[in-house]
Amino acid sequence: MSIRHEVIEKNVVLLAILTLVTISIGGLVQIIPLFAVESTIERVRGMRPYTPLELMGRNIYIREGCYTCHSQQVRPFKDEVERYGHYSLAAESIYDRPFQWGSKRTGPDLARVGGKYSTDWHVAHLVDPRAVVPESIMPGYRFLATRALKYDDVDQHLKALSLVGVPYSDEMIANAKADLEAQADPDADGSGLAKRYPKTVVGKFNAEVRDLTEMDALVAYLQMLGTLVRFIDLTPADLRQ
Amino acid sequence: MSDAAIGRPQAAGGAPAYADDVTRAFMVMSIFWGVVGFTVGLVIALQMVFPALNLDLEWTTFGRLRPLHTSAVIFAFGGTALIGTSLHIVQRTCRARLFGGAPLGWFVFFGYQFFILIAATGYVLGITQSKEYAEPEWYADLWLTIVWVAYLVAFMGTIFKREEPHIYVANWFLLGFILTIAVLHIVNNTAIPVSLFGAKSYSAYAGVQDAMIQWWYGHNAVGFFLTAGFLGMMYYIIPKQADRPVYSYRLSIVHFWALVFLYIWAGPHHLHYTALPDWAQTLGMVFSIMLWMPSWGGMINGIMTLAGAWDKLRTDPGLRFSVTAVGFYGMSTFEGPVMSIKAVNALSHYTDWTIGHVHSGALGWVGFIVFGTLYYLVPVLWRRERVYSTRLVAWHFWIATLGIVLYITAMWVSGIMQGLMWRAYDELGFLQYSFVETVVAMRPFYAIRAIGGLLYVCGSLIMAYNLWRTIRGDVASEATGVPALAAARA
Repeated sequence: MSIRHEVIEKNVVLLAILTLVTISIGGLVQIIPLFAVESTIERVRGMRPYTPLELMGRNIYIREGCYTCHSQQVRPFKDEVERYGHYSLAAESIYDRPFQWGSKRTGPDLARVGGKYSTDWHVAHLVDPRAVVPESIMPGYRFLATRALKYDDVDQHLKALSLVGVPYSDEMIANAKADLEAQADPDADGSGLAKRYPKTVVGKFNAEVRDLTEMDALVAYLQMLGTLVRFIDLTPADLRQ
Repeated sequence: MSDAAIGRPQAAGGAPAYADDVTRAFMVMSIFWGVVGFTVGLVIALQMVFPALNLDLEWTTFGRLRPLHTSAVIFAFGGTALIGTSLHIVQRTCRARLFGGAPLGWFVFFGYQFFILIAATGYVLGITQSKEYAEPEWYADLWLTIVWVAYLVAFMGTIFKREEPHIYVANWFLLGFILTIAVLHIVNNTAIPVSLFGAKSYSAYAGVQDAMIQWWYGHNAVGFFLTAGFLGMMYYIIPKQADRPVYSYRLSIVHFWALVFLYIWAGPHHLHYTALPDWAQTLGMVFSIMLWMPSWGGMINGIMTLAGAWDKLRTDPGLRFSVTAVGFYGMSTFEGPVMSIKAVNALSHYTDWTIGHVHSGALGWVGFIVFGTLYYLVPVLWRRERVYSTRLVAWHFWIATLGIVLYITAMWVSGIMQGLMWRAYDELGFLQYSFVETVVAMRPFYAIRAIGGLLYVCGSLIMAYNLWRTIRGDVASEATGVPALAAARA
């Protein structure tokens, strides 16, 4: 063995090539089939891309590093299903670029937090977590409640996502700004928004401030998490991977 | 194998002019980033005990400082030490001046420091991809790719023009580290920017595929950056400190090929019981368990290199760091496979147990092997007879070790407790604890962890002082400080 290994030890190009081949095998075997095998994604209905407002909210969630303390992935255990709801499906994150499954639960899982608390609760909790949950160790995000949401380029965001494969149609991209504003305005004509993005929660999320704030976007995102798939329609066969 | 390359005296007549200025700069910055990274870690540990320390300002919340801590420690402290040491090792063991000379070396140095700077400022300003340990956005990723290629050229080029017939084992590991990190970095960071003038980008992958690619990257950042790279360090520094050849040549070969083949499969153990298909989870678990063998092979090879030179542990506290590092390496590479077993992972995942595991590797293995290396390399590079004070090295050693013990035991207790509390039912069949009750229960352990972190920071400050005096050329008069040393020499 030592005699043959000498050849590799004396040739750096050979050493580099053999190393590259050796490290490639595992990754190829584990990653390629996830794109190729159709059953990787469960066959469920109801998923749609994020509305422009939700997408902006999701970007704030990412910006603030919420994933460092909150997971978005309910595991198929009795206690987790009772605490958080149905276990998470691969289908539920098909539009998540990047995914937000997280790796640590300093705070609770958020995969199905949508609709669990009122919008006012979310705003109060984000502004001052300990005013609502005295034992909480979450940082306060008061600044989100007053800072105006920047969304001039929201159509560019949808466009970039459509380039990597998210099914945002030209119509959705063209109406991105209007849809964003309509979602946070209960008095607006939301028919276009509802047609393009079914099951959208509409309302002024941050009721304290008249203008559109970052808080509106973040709460809009939190309020839709885990609400799209109707589990009552599903059979076990639909969920087989 | 070129045992001779190790035993050869440094100042041999025909030694080429090594690019040591570059290496010196890497060492100094590594000490600096170490102190910074550990301190930020201490701050966020305290935030978990006293949430008011988040200050509720956007730049100081846990969510933004946590990536700053992990990147400062892994890439700034560890990476700077690793690149610097690798340039030292490759020149010495090849008996060749750095390929591209000092200019290429300086480009790698300043290029890498610039990457750290733009990544770190980005985190504080909220610019992140949110992929753990791959948080820097597309522009920083592109810049790092350029620097990394320059690094590969300098490293491989030096091996090309070597005067030793054999490529020394440390260089196999270092080459494996450089190549694999390049592959991981490029694949995992593939993304499309929203605009060429903005920081934001969207990942080329979505959902379950994105998760798999991220943890293929994430676990092999551990496997190739924090393990293979630092094993390269171990294979050079421990033989040097102990003045012995590597214990087993054959074991080195098995260790290298088994490690690089098996590690890459282990990623899915970060995704147990998630929406990742079962077959991938099972593969990840099986290979993670198999990984135990090469890991311990490497540990044995490192520790047994001391065979016949055990007495040096008493007289050389720098070597004590290196050997304890290998001990921690053995411990965390045993704990890792245990935690990758699905039944164990069901309890440990999402809890502080993972944090404790990572830190026994990061503080114990990576931190200690770097400290051992610094205590060896700084006197060599600045041509000093020894470090300023061996007594201070011993203080650093014991303070840091105590810090690690407090840290990991606190995280074991809190992690297992949290996992058990989440799944506890009362006699009526209801979940026994609300989530926030588990948060309250963690508090004392978060406080103990912060104390452990404080000790570790103190240790690193002692080191910074000691090495600064060493560089200045001071030597402490401490004959009374280490009686065993005097006795052994008598």
